[in-house]
Amino acid sequence: MRTFNYACADLKGTALIETENLTKRFGGITAVEGLTLRVEEGEVFGLLGPNGAGKTTTMRMLSCLISKTSGEARVDGYEIGSADSINIRKIVGVLPESVGLFDDLSAYKNLDFYGRLYECAEEQRRTRIEQFLTMLGLWEKKDIAVGTFSKGMKQKVALARALIHDPKVIFLDEPTANLDPEASKTIRDFILEMKREKRTVFLNTHNLDEAQRVCDRIGIMKTKLLAVGPLEEMKGSLWGRKTVVRLERVTDAIVAAVKRLGTGKVEVRDAELIIDVSDPDRENPTIVDAIVASGGRVRFVDDLSPTLEDVYLRLVRN
Amino acid sequence: MKLWKSWAVATNDFSIFWKKKYVVYSLVGIPVTLSIGLPLALWLIMQGNPVSVRELEVVLNAFSFLFILLASFLPTILASYSFVGEKLEKNLEPLLATPTTDGELLLGKGLAAFLPSILTTYFGAAVFMGLVDRLAYHTLGTNYFPNWNTTVILLVAVPIACTFSVGVNIIISSLVSDLRAAQQLGILVLLPVGGLYVLAERDFMSLEVTNLIIISALLLVADAFLFYLSKVTFRREEILTKWK
Repeated sequence: MRTFNYACADLKGTALIETENLTKRFGGITAVEGLTLRVEEGEVFGLLGPNGAGKTTTMRMLSCLISKTSGEARVDGYEIGSADSINIRKIVGVLPESVGLFDDLSAYKNLDFYGRLYECAEEQRRTRIEQFLTMLGLWEKKDIAVGTFSKGMKQKVALARALIHDPKVIFLDEPTANLDPEASKTIRDFILEMKREKRTVFLNTHNLDEAQRVCDRIGIMKTKLLAVGPLEEMKGSLWGRKTVVRLERVTDAIVAAVKRLGTGKVEVRDAELIIDVSDPDRENPTIVDAIVASGGRVRFVDDLSPTLEDVYLRLVRN
Repeated sequence: MKLWKSWAVATNDFSIFWKKKYVVYSLVGIPVTLSIGLPLALWLIMQGNPVSVRELEVVLNAFSFLFILLASFLPTILASYSFVGEKLEKNLEPLLATPTTDGELLLGKGLAAFLPSILTTYFGAAVFMGLVDRLAYHTLGTNYFPNWNTTVILLVAVPIACTFSVGVNIIISSLVSDLRAAQQLGILVLLPVGGLYVLAERDFMSLEVTNLIIISALLLVADAFLFYLSKVTFRREEILTKWK
């Protein structure tokens, strides 16, 4: 299996999360194998993968909820699985897959309790609770038991809980799973707000659209890390570049003329030619000239760009 | 260990208990029933036939011993809510993600089950002793309570038995994921204490100060063992990956 790694070489900022050959086994089952990763300060990093890919296990290891089997990992310079664990827990905020709020308590009391455990002063707790609940549109409902809240509202409270102590790193595990579009958008906007504030966010998600919208870089994993990097680079490296030429009619003469140019593979789909190119700016005019010279009439020319879904499926199914 | 964190965990649990009607009714209802029911039973006995001073003392010592059973029973309700309830609501993961040690969490949870149980037991015992003193004064010619026997029961045996019950229930709660199952299994903690009561009733042993101190010492040893066992049981990784 090919592994593409754009993670370390080009990054010049301060690494807030670094892992090297991080591995976790549960008995005979390997959940995470040889994960080497680097997440910069102020970066929104998305980890994608199918169910059972090891995303949650990775997040739990990095937030010191479970131990590693082997390898190394540091969060803000603190070593996971050592006496530093308590220091790591102080600087990370975690939004687990299950919100895990105290249903009988109000939103305010839930947040205040966690603020105390995160050692926030009373004034800081009060200010931040008001700030977050107002931002998330829940301040008016602050004294209502969260058990009566909708799933989206609970998720918002849980997100505020992850931020109550102003953490350096925020781990979000499927933050918009099973939410309606409006609630998903609120959560996504909140993540984008964190991005503007230059917070480091580690996002586990199945939602490819969400990852595409909010993440600076993306990692795709299936027990092992299959690829990591900015989405555009990943698309280019995995997919290559393709030019689509739509014609009035495709003839054998046109196809032969394009093939003679030797640009790359030529595929015919209905009235379209899909041509592998390495430098579209230079090759596209030549291709068009060849088609016109062979009697073809060009309706339009475009770049064929794969979606994140294409990249994801290609990697995961490989 | 930061004790204020344990206190934060305990007070949070108190707030949750306060919202659960079943817990509040049990915590108030059982001690009140016992503290009024036992003097009422005594009054009925004394109405029917004359009771000697010796017989009365035996009955009252046996009744006092029931407060050890009460202190063992009440934590079965609270500890099961505290642990199994959190398992069901899945709020252990965010709790474990905080910079709180296992010991601080365990102590907080233990206090949350211990303090309400012990306070309501003492409240019930105070009501019981007050009522009995009024009822038995005529026969005994003096107030029977407080005496050394009940002092040892309330200040030594009751806290130790309550701690024992908290320990057993923490371990049981880690093994089951159903609230009722946790409570039913938790009631097994009454067997050793109840067994002693039956032995006393059958005249195999007396519930005097020396025996009460020996029973308390044995329970104290069991408490230490249970504390160790619950620390071993309460592991973050196990809780997140194996507790169902």
